[in-house]
Amino acid sequence: MLERSPLATTILFHVGPVPVTRPVVTTWAIIAVLTAASWLGTRRMRMRAGTWQVCLEIVVETIAKQIREVIERDPAPFIPLLGTLFIYIVFANLSVVLPGVEAPTSHIETTAALAIVVYLAVHGYGIAMRGLKGYLAGYLKPSWFMLPLNVISEFTRTFSLMVRLFGNIMSHEFVIGIVAVLAGLLLPVPFLALAILIGIVQAYIFTVLATVFIGAAVGSIEGG
Amino acid sequence: MTIQMISIIAAAIAVSFGAIGPALAEGRSVAAAMEAIARQPESVGPLSRTLFVGLAMIETMAIYCLVIALLLLYANPFLG
Repeated sequence: MLERSPLATTILFHVGPVPVTRPVVTTWAIIAVLTAASWLGTRRMRMRAGTWQVCLEIVVETIAKQIREVIERDPAPFIPLLGTLFIYIVFANLSVVLPGVEAPTSHIETTAALAIVVYLAVHGYGIAMRGLKGYLAGYLKPSWFMLPLNVISEFTRTFSLMVRLFGNIMSHEFVIGIVAVLAGLLLPVPFLALAILIGIVQAYIFTVLATVFIGAAVGSIEGG
Repeated sequence: MTIQMISIIAAAIAVSFGAIGPALAEGRSVAAAMEAIARQPESVGPLSRTLFVGLAMIETMAIYCLVIALLLLYANPFLG
């Protein structure tokens, strides 16, 4: 397995001139599962909720509470984006425990797309909530000579968001591969259990960092 | 020494020395968080969230070194 580069992606088939890679197909499967689960849970919403609806409500309310604690204002405008990011990354990271499935987040293209979404959302929310002028004035704080550093940090933090998720998930998959080559029977099991922990922690960290960046852009907290 | 040999040595150096700084920093931050939790057990929620985010920031340095090592091993620009 070590001959295959961790930076290369497997192309499964072509749709016209567009190559469709393995992470894309896994992502489609995750999207289908999540959409089906949400549709089943919210198909007939009632006040006296069924089991499935209660589970979804608990997830949404927990995410809302966490976001409120970080950005200290009403989380309603931010839940759709941040909640989707968190749930998708959790499922993507955990898909590695299914036999024969690679986590889509262990390829840099997926995490790059997620980081670009966060980068655009930061500016979008900032301009929507503070107006263009107020948002641009935020770059001159705490002092005008911090302007170059503030602009550079926009790009470096997006880059580090991308590399952090990719590096953690990919390197752990790599470790599992090496362990499976050395001793294939039972030894990979604790490493797979560790992969579950790492996957959830990294999804949490990605979402918290995105929340902090958005919170800084809308001006409710100091940015990191 | 061929470019392959130099790349392998450079990758090992990048990972080994790149792990020292983040390891020390993570140890210090976890120790400080432990001390703070021991003093004020009720503040464990915000403390652990800040700790996780800080650890992620520190860990990124080690991940950068890992990415450099993997680039040297698998996507070396000098091997043509």
